[in-house]
Amino acid sequence: MFGKKYFIPFVVLGDPTVEDSTKIIKGLIKNGANALELGFAFSDPIADGPIIQKANNRSLANKITTAKAFEIIKEVRKGSKIPISAMLSYNLVYKYGTENFYKKCKELKVDAVLCPDVPLEESEELVKYSKKYKIAQVFLVSPTTTKERMKQLNKVCSGYVYLVSLLGTTGTRTEISERVPELIKLTKKEMKLPVYVGFGISKPEHVKNILALGADGAICGSAFCKLIEENLTDKKAMVEKMEKFCKEMSKATKK
Amino acid sequence: MGKENESTKFGQFGGLFVPEMMVPAQKELNEAFTKYASDKEFKKELDYLLKEFAGRPTRLYYAENMSKDLGFKVYLKREDLLHSGAHKINNTLGQGLLAKRMGKKEVIAETGAGQHGVATAMAGALLKIPVKVFMGEVDVERQKLNVYRMKLFGAEVIPVTSGSRTLKDAVNEALRYYLTNVETCYYLIGSVVGPHPYPKIVQHFQKIIGKETKEQILEKEKRLPTAVVACVGGGSNSIGIFDAFLKDKEVKLIGVEAGGNGLKHGKTLGEGSVGIFQGSKSYVLQTKDGQIEEAHSISAGLDYPGVGPIHSYLKDTGRATYESATDNEAINAVRYLSKMEGILPALESAHAIAYVTKNKSKFKKEDIVIICLSGRGDKDVNQLIEVE
Repeated sequence: MFGKKYFIPFVVLGDPTVEDSTKIIKGLIKNGANALELGFAFSDPIADGPIIQKANNRSLANKITTAKAFEIIKEVRKGSKIPISAMLSYNLVYKYGTENFYKKCKELKVDAVLCPDVPLEESEELVKYSKKYKIAQVFLVSPTTTKERMKQLNKVCSGYVYLVSLLGTTGTRTEISERVPELIKLTKKEMKLPVYVGFGISKPEHVKNILALGADGAICGSAFCKLIEENLTDKKAMVEKMEKFCKEMSKATKK
Repeated sequence: MGKENESTKFGQFGGLFVPEMMVPAQKELNEAFTKYASDKEFKKELDYLLKEFAGRPTRLYYAENMSKDLGFKVYLKREDLLHSGAHKINNTLGQGLLAKRMGKKEVIAETGAGQHGVATAMAGALLKIPVKVFMGEVDVERQKLNVYRMKLFGAEVIPVTSGSRTLKDAVNEALRYYLTNVETCYYLIGSVVGPHPYPKIVQHFQKIIGKETKEQILEKEKRLPTAVVACVGGGSNSIGIFDAFLKDKEVKLIGVEAGGNGLKHGKTLGEGSVGIFQGSKSYVLQTKDGQIEEAHSISAGLDYPGVGPIHSYLKDTGRATYESATDNEAINAVRYLSKMEGILPALESAHAIAYVTKNKSKFKKEDIVIICLSGRGDKDVNQLIEVE
């Protein structure tokens, strides 16, 4: 289900509103997204830079809840079978009830769950329910992850590996980190899963370069959230620009 | 779960809920801490600084007028007499030395009212390590004097514009900066909060408060106190003074949270629920869905929606109890102690005073109550004038 040469857009569910968000996600699917990473808004996300923090806040300002976020997924699922990955801070899963959360994911055919603030050391509970409900549990690999640690992660990670291309928070960058080529190679070798690279991917040439280095896909979030931020007064233009950008990014996987 | 006693946790609380990028750094920190916590040279150097620079040991003062007024013996642990005016310096000297031993190039800290920021800036100046302090924009505006003090000590103050622009957001920003510069930067956290091993590190450097207190009370009274009372924000002064008494089951340990203004408050243990916030599992003020709520207290040091995991553990096991005092009660307690004893307490510490005065009927004539006077109140004078 999580394949090669993938382009994976990330948006926050309910950003800027539930209605717009549903429209945006459907548009991304029509314009070349091979899979989706959908974020559940949280008030205090520690791994997110300013752009995605604002996306979280817009969604929260419009009274998003975990239940409403699931409703958007349900609506999107009606028309598409592409892999969907839920990305969220652990507290939201915990408060929903960890088992209930995975059960709901199963019901809505969510393919994977990723909690960026749950490392290997704290993953027992999540891995248990991901196995029970047959949902992939995705983990991060970063420039500080050693080979030994990858071997450990390999035992619990499923679906795909989210390779963080740089030390820091999410956000658009002009260049991707120089450690990435080696890191991709090592991750591919140690973990027998598709490797998708995220953090700092904001241009078609980033996608092209990342795939040329051996990655199986590229994840792009902040650039999409920024398009929402910049076009809040013209929702039609917002959706169009996001669709156009998605198409360009997706095209870059085929070059 | 079956893993309740593993060392990153206090019962079910605590843990290491951080992104992958930070995990190796936290392990490195834990190794360095474990090594130096028992290192003779390190201890000698820290003891020297605590004594000669910070002014330890602090007095355990018999508050005679207050004792007469309330009808039982009251002692004050005078952390307010420390250099910097609060207990925060115990921790910043300890962690500052640790950062230095680890060869880190810069130290960052979060601050609310500015007390921890100032104590970190002082330690940075003393130990010659550059310091950046993250401070919510709202607090920068409210605490101009402390901002200036930090700058005098050579620290850079970075206003935080995200979220509610207060302490919790300063912690978020410090964590994000740390994520980005994890290999060269030391995050010197100011309370027993955050991911493992911070709660243990800060408790370790603050437990000197309780150690001295126990020795002093045994010398003065030849017996243990009936109760030890301290204010709780993140919970560093309280765990500092509780630590030595944890095994003395006959000593009541009472933490006092911010009761706020009737609408909003900082009663994390009193009214919060269990969640995962800023790297650890603990009680937290949050919505049913798990969104973090804003706290409120007249004292910036208690204005925080989280609390150290050790306190969640002590609450659930019943070893400590957690009460609260309101903004107004704290203000009155500042006035009370100032007039009664000639001691001006910080608004934070005044919550502990307020608890004791309003609950005087709960204590008997022969009881001994120790209150941790975690800081002095000079910093709050402007705020008190505004309230008048």
